[in-house]
Amino acid sequence: MAIPSYATRGERIWHYLFLGICGLVFLFLIGPLLVIIPLSFNSQPYFTFSKEMLTFDPAGYSLRWYHDFFTSSAWLNAIKNSFIIGIASTFLATVLGTVAALGLSSRYMPARGVIMALLISPMIVPLIISAAAMFFFFSKVNLAQTYVGVILAHTALGIPFVIITVTATLSSFDTTLIRAAHSLGANPTRTFFKVVLPLVTPGVVSGALFAFITSFDEVVVVLFIAGPEQRTMPIQMWSGIREQISPTILAVATLLVLLSMLLLTTLELLRRRSERLRGVTPE
Amino acid sequence: MLTLAQRDFYRGMCMNETLADAGEARAATSETPLSFARFVNVQKSYDGVELVVKDFNLDIRKGEFVTLLGPSGSGKTTCLMMMAGFETPTHGEILLKDEPISGLPPHKRGIGMVFQNYALFPHMTVAENLAFPLEVRHLSKAEIKEKVAKALAMVRLEEFGDRRPAQLSGGQQQRVALARALVFEPELVLMDEPLGALDKNLREEMQYEIKRIHARLGVTMIYVTHDQTEALTMSDRIAVFNDGIVQQLASPDELYERPENAFVAYFIGENNRLQGEVTERIGDNCKVRLDSGDTVVAKAVAVSGAGTRTTLSLRPERVSILRGDAAEQFENQFTATVQEVIYLGDHLRTRVSVCGNDDFILKTPNAQGYGGMRPGQQIQVGWSSADCRALDA
Ligand SMILES: Nc1ncnc2c1ncn2[C@@H]1O[C@H](COP(=O)(O)OP(=O)(O)O)[C@@H](O)[C@H]1O
Ligand SMILES: [Mg+2]
Repeated sequence: MAIPSYATRGERIWHYLFLGICGLVFLFLIGPLLVIIPLSFNSQPYFTFSKEMLTFDPAGYSLRWYHDFFTSSAWLNAIKNSFIIGIASTFLATVLGTVAALGLSSRYMPARGVIMALLISPMIVPLIISAAAMFFFFSKVNLAQTYVGVILAHTALGIPFVIITVTATLSSFDTTLIRAAHSLGANPTRTFFKVVLPLVTPGVVSGALFAFITSFDEVVVVLFIAGPEQRTMPIQMWSGIREQISPTILAVATLLVLLSMLLLTTLELLRRRSERLRGVTPE
Repeated sequence: MLTLAQRDFYRGMCMNETLADAGEARAATSETPLSFARFVNVQKSYDGVELVVKDFNLDIRKGEFVTLLGPSGSGKTTCLMMMAGFETPTHGEILLKDEPISGLPPHKRGIGMVFQNYALFPHMTVAENLAFPLEVRHLSKAEIKEKVAKALAMVRLEEFGDRRPAQLSGGQQQRVALARALVFEPELVLMDEPLGALDKNLREEMQYEIKRIHARLGVTMIYVTHDQTEALTMSDRIAVFNDGIVQQLASPDELYERPENAFVAYFIGENNRLQGEVTERIGDNCKVRLDSGDTVVAKAVAVSGAGTRTTLSLRPERVSILRGDAAEQFENQFTATVQEVIYLGDHLRTRVSVCGNDDFILKTPNAQGYGGMRPGQQIQVGWSSADCRALDA
């Protein structure tokens, strides 16, 4: 943002003030995250920078917490659980949410508003209430303390994101394309996979990503429903901080930051590709 | 027309007969050819209350170019969608090659369709768009390649196979849509205002192009438009649509020369209208006393007898300006007052007041002797009873 040559002194001052405020916001949001990364290489079992670290002495740095992480069965089990539950519930939420969004966008759909509100409700109802309700219900049907139970619960939490993103993509979807495909001889299944799905993929992918992240850092529902076997990452981190203060948690956090960055980059690349495919930005 | 049962019976007979008899039977069928596509008493209502299409009957012969012409909202698209299978008739039957098709889903009807907004698949290249209907039909790779190349050549877009629709101009997209509707060689192609989004020059070029392709491939086409010029230049027959029913089904010249009711006369081409009441019928003609008091002799088209209200329709170019020499004689001659003269190069449009109508238009060729009319001037105009059609009020 360049300052135009006709800017008054007041405007110049405001401009730099504005930049400063932006910088501070970034600092407070991202600073804590950035501090974690060097700290995770600490060779001492503390959450502060040691003298060696500050003078960039190699002795101050080590990979011991990463080593700790990769050799601890508790952590490995937690991360495995997180991925199993995250991937399974993302898959279910994506399929169900996409189908629901398609159905809700059909002009033959009765009671659209009510059904939509119902499906979106897990996003709106306070989590603790959903979690408690699920706990009582799942206990009755023997799903509490099982993988299936946690996966189903996270599916319900992820579906609203998928519905919202896919519905948004569908609102710009030209339904005559479906008719065109039919008139060219494609049956409904082929039409769906060759015409509808490729064009709503951006919505489906971002919905899936939201669903995955929701499941991945969800604590409350897991606390209620999961047994010791289904301990996920966030639970492990939480108890890690409460019970045995160890910088292993910093190594885990760094890895998670890396993972999120990877996911976001993938998403952005996918989005650009699909935009190119849709001819929004002809090269 | 034969019912289905009758026709099957008829076919069975043919098979059992001797060759000579079969030949005779064939001769008989060629006199009354089975229609290709047919709407029989079709009605359609979206809300269960109001009929958008009231009683639609249309019999289309093989290879014909039939246009549904009508104002916006008259139900043209609805009829086309029922033929394509995207809407179901509330009542009545649609037949394709004399088979009812209500039980067939759209993708099994094998009808090509060009949509107003083209509906090209944005995520596929032009060539992929054209290959789509062929892949659905499980053609071999080589065949697909050949047919796609042929189709691209037909619409003169050979070099554009690798582009995406968004990288083409409107006219080019239109051609791709046309090629895609034809590439799988359907016997029937439906077009819903396919040229509506193009500018005038491009539209005329595409009209010619579509006609050329129609003549070359011999496919049957049902074309929808609200543009009467387009309908007149392209069609073998035109069904003029209004109020959910066909007002008249006829060839373009027939529609223009002999409109059967006031709506058709008003909708096709320009016409002067005079309101009055029939006083007397004389054979094919009738005498009409206009509301202004003048009496006009007109051709009785849609009037019963004395006492009925009628609208007289008269094409501007069929009204002559009489000069003093009285060489021409018409049954109807009146004195008119010139209101306005508009110069249009090859012809002049003159607005006059005559018989109580202040918007009476004359169209005269810009030939010698016609110039020099001034507003306010009194002139003599005349027309023959054959050109003046007495229609419904
Ligand atoms: N899907 C629909 N649902 C309800 N009414 C419709 C629908 N499609 C068309 N109509 C109504 O039917 C009438 C005829 O529409 P249409 O067939 O599109 O006319 P045209 O193509 O001649 O302009 C219009 O009054 C329109 O509002
Ligand atoms: Mg229409």
